[in-house]
Amino acid sequence: MTEIDLISNIEKDYILNLAKKGEREDGRDFDEHRKLILEPDLIKKAEGSCLVSLGETKVLAGIKVDKGEPYPDTPDQAVMTTNAELVPLASPFFESGPPDEDSIELARVVDRGIREAPALDMSSLVVREGELVRVIFIDLHILDSDGNLFDASNIAAVTALHTTKIPVLDDEGNPTEDMIPLPVIKTPVSCTFAKIGDNIVVDPSLNEERVLDARLTVTTEDNGYVCAMQKGGNSEFTVDEIMDCIKKSIKIGKEIRKTILKTTGKQKV
Amino acid sequence: MELIKDGIRIDGRKKDELREIKIKAGVLKRADGSAYVEWGMNKVYAAVYGPRELYPRFLRRYDKAILQCRYNMASFSVEERKRPGPDRRSVEISKVTRSALEPVVLTENFPESVINVNIEIVQAEAGTRCAGITAASVALADAGIPMRDLLPACAAGKVGGEIVLDLCKEEDNFGESDLPIAMVPRTGGITLLQMDGLMTEEEIEEALNLAKKGCKIIYEKQKEALKQKYRGNNND
Repeated sequence: MTEIDLISNIEKDYILNLAKKGEREDGRDFDEHRKLILEPDLIKKAEGSCLVSLGETKVLAGIKVDKGEPYPDTPDQAVMTTNAELVPLASPFFESGPPDEDSIELARVVDRGIREAPALDMSSLVVREGELVRVIFIDLHILDSDGNLFDASNIAAVTALHTTKIPVLDDEGNPTEDMIPLPVIKTPVSCTFAKIGDNIVVDPSLNEERVLDARLTVTTEDNGYVCAMQKGGNSEFTVDEIMDCIKKSIKIGKEIRKTILKTTGKQKV
Repeated sequence: MELIKDGIRIDGRKKDELREIKIKAGVLKRADGSAYVEWGMNKVYAAVYGPRELYPRFLRRYDKAILQCRYNMASFSVEERKRPGPDRRSVEISKVTRSALEPVVLTENFPESVINVNIEIVQAEAGTRCAGITAASVALADAGIPMRDLLPACAAGKVGGEIVLDLCKEEDNFGESDLPIAMVPRTGGITLLQMDGLMTEEEIEEALNLAKKGCKIIYEKQKEALKQKYRGNNND
């Protein structure tokens, strides 16, 4: 980064003082997400895709499916990798080049939620155990970075997985004409919180991210289990605050999961 | 594999028992501060340099020092040789390590400068990020850098349906979930928090409280290590 994304003291004080009064700069409640729009299957060249708009934040997820060798320690499981690119198009502070620590963290937190839920039945994606399995690439393209890339990316990736169709393979591992959907068995949804002073808000805006003391992402799955957490930022959380975030994440996750399943026509899974 | 039977774990520990932990302060001559931690089979060095001038200049902050953390694993530290140099996992761990340490270091005392924290894992067996943070905070104190507190770190998790402290290799690989934390002992505040695997809300609360208990024990060992250095007989 050649420039550091700073915020003026006057704007910072404004957001801090609003939070003390229980308000936010865009008028939302502390527990209120920005408007969420899902546009699945936008990229026909990809096996699955989804463009997510969370407020003004825009993330495009694309799924490509290939075949290859499994990892030696998991011969009976498909391979999945998640990559995030913070392209210079999305923010004056993003630069081209190899992934920096922010894009690596973003990709790994999204990956962990999907892997640990688990969203995919990885054992059903094996062609020949120990030799040939499906390799699933989840690529996240950040188009407009206006706060909370974690949740926008999680929702984009999970929705894209739901829309993914792959060709059935014959015994040799060659693709046939028949297409089947990816075996998506769970819908992990992340919910990111920003601690601003003594207050905790959900789905932080860009300015809220600039002033936050600490950040917590909690990913929950369909049965109310937590499947991943990640804390960031330069301050601390109490156990009570963490438990409060988990409760809220389970509740908000349910709503977002409904939206994802409705959009992808999988209300009942 | 049965990971826990009649409350006894696969390596013979009780549910709330830590692995054996040894901490030593001031082990590297050139570093401004250093520490060595043996935690079960984990062997970890931490070295601190600074506060010192920061280059390139545009990274300087007018209001505080920046912390640069580097978590690195030796190629021979794990069963299968690891390719040397940073991979995606170690980049992420370096970042969360910085986020964990930042709240306890008085960076505002040293504007325009940098404090470098280097963590080398020379032998790894589950829980290296916690061992690294535990060592790093002792090294920071050893370097004489003003801090709000030391920062012990420790994991808890769910193994064979039970909440246990400080997961070993088998428990990490075959258990249900892992939740590493770092805790500021004076406030009880949590500055590192990650989790993977499935746990309910109640299980997480239990695991958090158990990990905090572990942190308190490690905190005493950290203080003892620093005192030991100034007692002079630092040869054990």
